[in-house]
Amino acid sequence: MLKIEGLTAEIDGKQILKGIDLEVPTGEIHAIMGPNGSGKSTLSYVLSGREGYEITGGSATYNGLDLLAMEPEERAGSGVFLAFQYPVELPGVGNANFLRTAVNAVRKHRGEPEVDAMQFLKLARAKIKALQMSDDMLKRNVNVGFSGGEKKRNEVLQMALLEPTLAILDETDSGLDIDALKIVADGVNAMRGPNFSSLVITHYQRLLDYIVPDRVHVLMGGRIVKSGGPELALELEAEGYAKVAA
Amino acid sequence: MAAVAETLETVQAANDGGYKWGFETDIAMEFAPKGLNEDIVRFISAKKNEPEWLLEWRLKAYAMWLKMEEPEWAAVKYPKIDYQDAYYYAAPSNKTVPKSLDEVDPELLRTYEKLGIPVQEQQRLQGIAVDMVFDSVSVATTFKDRLAKEGIIFCSISEAVQNHPELVKQYLGSVVPQGDNYFACLNSAVFTDGSFVFIPKGVRCPMELSTYFRINAKSTGQFERTLIIAEAGSHVSYLEGCTAPMRDENQMHAAVVELVAMDDATIKYSTVQNWYPGDAEGKGGIYNFVTKRGACRGARSKISWTQVETGSAITWKYPSCMLLGDDSVGEFYSVAITNNHQQADTGTKMWHVGKNTRSTIVSKGISAGQGQNTYRGLVKVSPKATGARNFTQCDSLLIGDQCGAHTVPYIENRCATAKVEHEATTSRIAEDQLFYCRSRGLTQEEAVGLIVNGFCREVLKELPMEFAVEAQKLLAISLEGSVG
Ligand SMILES: Nc1ncnc2c1ncn2[C@@H]1O[C@H](COP(=O)(O)OP(=O)(O)O)[C@@H](O)[C@H]1O
Ligand SMILES: [Mg+2]
Repeated sequence: MLKIEGLTAEIDGKQILKGIDLEVPTGEIHAIMGPNGSGKSTLSYVLSGREGYEITGGSATYNGLDLLAMEPEERAGSGVFLAFQYPVELPGVGNANFLRTAVNAVRKHRGEPEVDAMQFLKLARAKIKALQMSDDMLKRNVNVGFSGGEKKRNEVLQMALLEPTLAILDETDSGLDIDALKIVADGVNAMRGPNFSSLVITHYQRLLDYIVPDRVHVLMGGRIVKSGGPELALELEAEGYAKVAA
Repeated sequence: MAAVAETLETVQAANDGGYKWGFETDIAMEFAPKGLNEDIVRFISAKKNEPEWLLEWRLKAYAMWLKMEEPEWAAVKYPKIDYQDAYYYAAPSNKTVPKSLDEVDPELLRTYEKLGIPVQEQQRLQGIAVDMVFDSVSVATTFKDRLAKEGIIFCSISEAVQNHPELVKQYLGSVVPQGDNYFACLNSAVFTDGSFVFIPKGVRCPMELSTYFRINAKSTGQFERTLIIAEAGSHVSYLEGCTAPMRDENQMHAAVVELVAMDDATIKYSTVQNWYPGDAEGKGGIYNFVTKRGACRGARSKISWTQVETGSAITWKYPSCMLLGDDSVGEFYSVAITNNHQQADTGTKMWHVGKNTRSTIVSKGISAGQGQNTYRGLVKVSPKATGARNFTQCDSLLIGDQCGAHTVPYIENRCATAKVEHEATTSRIAEDQLFYCRSRGLTQEEAVGLIVNGFCREVLKELPMEFAVEAQKLLAISLEGSVG
C-alpha cells in the first residue's frame, strides 16, 4: 500500500506540495484530478524520485519502504512506475534496446534472471499486439519523432513490460483520441488485480469511464481538498473544481 | 572484441571505476640503452637484422628530426618531453624467433588471453587473425598460413622487411614521408615493429585482420609502423586495439600507419584505442601521438577510418585520406571521449584531388570531468577535383560543467563545382533524460552509457560487429563516475 502523510515539497524555494495525505491500498486504483498547476506532476515526480525537489516535511512509504530515501532506480525496482506526462526523447537509443535494458534492470532488482534479445522480442511483440501498436515502434529511437499519441502508448507499453505493482499515470489520456484512450485504458485494466495499485492523474472524467477508480481525489493548491467515490469525477465534470472544492 | 574483450561483468566486479587492463606482465626483457642518438637507431636496425637501405632511411629520418620542432598548434598541454629519458627498444629476451604459436613464451600468450585476445587459432569462431605486438616487437601472428593460401601477406613489419623487402621498400614512407611531421619523423628513425598487410589483386580477405598493441615495459616508448597495401579490386577490414599497464609516468606512443588502395580496392581500418588514460588526478597515462594516412591511389578506391578513442592522457591523431583516384571515397567516423584530465585533439584531413571524389566525416566528441576535446579537421579541394563532395558532421556532448569541447573545421575549397557541407552541434545530457532512464530502473551510470551510446550510434554502427559490442561497454566504463 502507498501511504503519504503530511507531504510538503518545494522547488527553487517555491512551495508546491503543501501537506498531502493519501492512502492507496494494494489492489485499488485511485484517480487524482485537479486544475493545471495544482501540483499533480510534482507529486508524481516526488514519488518517483526526480532531482530538484526539496522534501520539507512528511513521508511517503510503499509497502513499508521509505520511498523518499530511495534512488529512482530502486523505486522502479520495487515496483513503482511513472508514465510521464511529457515522455522524454533519447536520440540514437533504439526503443527495443531501451525497453530490454529497463526490463532487465528491473528484473535484476527483483532477483529474476535477465531475458535475452530473443525472449524479449517475443515478450514485446505480444504486448505490442495487445496495445494495437505497430512492431515498428521497437525499431525507432525512444520517443524521437513519435506523435503525442505514440509517446503515450509507448509509456503504456513500458508499463506492460515492466509489470509494476504501483503505476502512476500522469495525464496519460491527454491528447488521445477516443480509440487510443480505450487502448490505454485496456492496458491499465489488464494489469488490475489484487497486487496492483495505480494513481491515475487526469483532467478529464472521460478516462474514468474506462478505468473505473475505487476513489477520486481532488488536488488543488498543493493539497487534497476533497475525496470520494467515482461519482465525484462526474460532479467535477458538471460543476467545475471551484464549486466542488468550496 | 580483442582490444576490449574483458567482459563487462569482470570489469564491474572490480568496480573501482578504473582501468582494468592495467596489469603488468613479469617477463625477462632486453632493452636498448636509455636515450636517443644515432647509435640507438643503429642498435634497433641491427637487432632487426635490417638491410643497409633501411638503416640509411632511418638515419636520414633521425637527422631530419634533430632539426625539427615539436608542434605546438594542437590544443593540448603537457610538460616538455625529455626524449633522452626513455627506452626506444624493449623486447622479451627470448632469443629465438618463434616459428609457430607453440613456441611463443606461454607467459606472453597468457597476457593476451587475459586481455581477451583470441590467440589460439582454434578460436575460429571469432574469424579474426591477430598480430600481437608487445612493446617493441611482434610476438605472434595467427592464421598466417591460411591467409597465405589466398596470396595475402599478414605479418609483422620486421618479418616483411626480411621476406618481402621489395614491397616494403616500394611503399614505406610513400604515404607519410619521413619528414611529414615531428612525431612521424621520430617514428621513421626508431620504429620497432607493427603490422604489414598485402592483399593481392582481386582478393577479398576472408577474415578480419587485427593487431593488438600492448605497452608493458616501464619508461618505454612504443613506435610502431603499420603498412597496408590493397591491390586493385581487393578488400580488407583491419582492426587495431591497444592497452598498457597503469603507471605514474607518462609513456609515449608515436605510431605511423600508411594505407594504399589501388583501383576499386577498399580498406576499412578500425581502431579501439584504450591506452591507459592516467588516474583521476591526471597522473600518468599514454601520450598518443599518431600519424595515420591513407592514399586512395586508384579510381573508385575507398578508405574508411573508424576510431573509438577512449584511452590515453593525450591523443593527437588525424587519420586522413588523400583522394587521388577519380571517384574515390574517404570516410572518417570518430568517437573520442575525454574524462578526468584527458585531452584529445583529433580529426581528419580529406584531400580531394581526383574528380568526383567524395568524403564523409562524422565526429562525436564526449567530454566529462575536466576533459578537453577538440575536433580539428581540414577539407581541401584542389582545382581539378570537379564534382567533389564533402559532408562533415561534428557533434559534441558535454557531461558536467568543467570540461570543454572545441570544433576547428578548416575548409580550403579551390574548385567551383565542389560541394562542402559542415554541420556542428553541442549538447549536454539533459537531466530529464537521466531521470527518464532511472525511473525505468537504470542506474545513473547505465543511463549515461545508454545516452552516450545513442549519441555515438552513427559511428559505432561502422565498427565490425565483434568490436561494436565491446566498444559500447568501453564507452560506458570510460565515463564511470563522470556524473553525480
Ligand atoms: N522547475 C520549476 N520551478 C518553479 N516552479 C515550478 C517548476 N516546476 C513546476 N513549477 C510550478 O509548480 C506548480 C505545480 O506544477 P505541476 O506539478 O506541473 O502542476 P500540474 O501537473 O498539476 O499541472 C505550478 O505552479 C508550476 O508553475
Ligand atoms: Mg502535470
